[in-house]
Amino acid sequence: MAFVLSPEPPLSDWIAELDAQIARSATFFAGRPIVVDLSAVPESDPGLPTLFQEMQARGIRVIGAEGADGLTPAAQSVGGPLIGGRPGGLYEVPVDPPDAPPPPEPTSLILDEPVRSGQTIVFPKGDVIINGTVAWGAEIMAGGSIHVYGALRGRAIAGVNGTPQSRIFCQKLEAELISIDGLYMTADDMEAFRGRSVQARLDGESIIITELS
Amino acid sequence: MAKVLVVTSGKGGVGKTTSTAALGAALAKTGKKVVVVDFDVGLRNLDIVMGAERRVVFDMINVIQGEAKLSQALIRDKRVETLSILPASQTRDKDALTNEGVAKVITELREMFDWVICDSPAGIERGASLAMHHADVAVIVTNPEVSSVRDSDRIIGLLDSKTDRATRGERVEKHLLLTRYDPVRAARGDMLKTEDVLEILSIPLLGIIPESQEVLRASNLGTPVIFSNPDAAPSRAYMDAARRLLGEKVPMTVPGEKKSLMDKLFGRRVA
Repeated sequence: MAFVLSPEPPLSDWIAELDAQIARSATFFAGRPIVVDLSAVPESDPGLPTLFQEMQARGIRVIGAEGADGLTPAAQSVGGPLIGGRPGGLYEVPVDPPDAPPPPEPTSLILDEPVRSGQTIVFPKGDVIINGTVAWGAEIMAGGSIHVYGALRGRAIAGVNGTPQSRIFCQKLEAELISIDGLYMTADDMEAFRGRSVQARLDGESIIITELS
Repeated sequence: MAKVLVVTSGKGGVGKTTSTAALGAALAKTGKKVVVVDFDVGLRNLDIVMGAERRVVFDMINVIQGEAKLSQALIRDKRVETLSILPASQTRDKDALTNEGVAKVITELREMFDWVICDSPAGIERGASLAMHHADVAVIVTNPEVSSVRDSDRIIGLLDSKTDRATRGERVEKHLLLTRYDPVRAARGDMLKTEDVLEILSIPLLGIIPESQEVLRASNLGTPVIFSNPDAAPSRAYMDAARRLLGEKVPMTVPGEKKSLMDKLFGRRVA
């Protein structure tokens, strides 16, 4: 089965429409034999001499032309008139299914290694969960909350994107500094909770530390 | 298959060079072919601790720059014939070490020896990072003090991210060697406890080396303590550590735990 394309004058507009069609259904013409019906195109149309080159440039395999008496030289280049063709009705070119949506970006970062002195973990998109300790001189920065299943000895900076509802959880608080949404607290101010299992959250303009039961 | 071992710490003065010499001597004593390599270009010490300082003709920089062959720079130990030392240059600095040059030397050493032990300079700069770059195994030398432990933690982070193995997605095998452990101060609670150090660094313990005059004397004599006094407590601790490196199961000795009565008396008097 061959498909018949019926160009309409002016050809330059028709080519533009064809391009739009290809954009919607990129692989439709690949490998398909195409017959061009020129009956609607006057011989005077300026696009006619280059019509077949344009189509070939778009990967369309033209096997023949019909519908033009005494075919133009350009049409003859793709073969003479076809005989014995039987029309098979109109065909709607299918539209390619839209690309699958990209997988959602992870909203948390999970680490299974201790964070060593001098290392910085930055994750502005959400929570950071550390299954290990955070050493002195290490720094965790999270857009959301920070969870440390181990001792927190370095700096934990939560809610860096301005999210005051972020919290900091740790099994053993020995932090140098904790910060939520720009407010911070140094080791001196958390002496009472040193070594404890705690969470820190914001209450208005101050950081509240409470022991986890 | 040869193993490249780096002895490193971050902090200076914790006993890297002494431990390099002792572990090298201990491994060589078991019959392994061992070379100890000094990466402390410009501040070389390993040759003194090994007692080879008067036999240095060529050094690693000469080899890297093509002025000498590797076999010309290697110095064979007079006490154990399976032990050699590759000295550093004293007149250059760490910039004379090139990545390609070091890689070439290490590759050649791997073919000649069972163990290539690299004595890292202190710090986290070029010299230290080149010393650890090719390591398969790392011995992290740490004193039971907060500053030393913190620097060791930093070095472990670098071992896990910057070495050749780390960039290939493999792991460097890491061991903690606790040195300058003072049983008296430990009993008084003046030092970090061993279990605290292990909890902070979370790497396996290779050995605990007691602080000892024996070690200092041996270094000044240019004889690794293993050779000068094989029965001294630090010698036995280093020997045990070397056997653990070879995969043997050796029970851990904590210095000072034997003389419990003396310890109690002493501890009470101080308290």
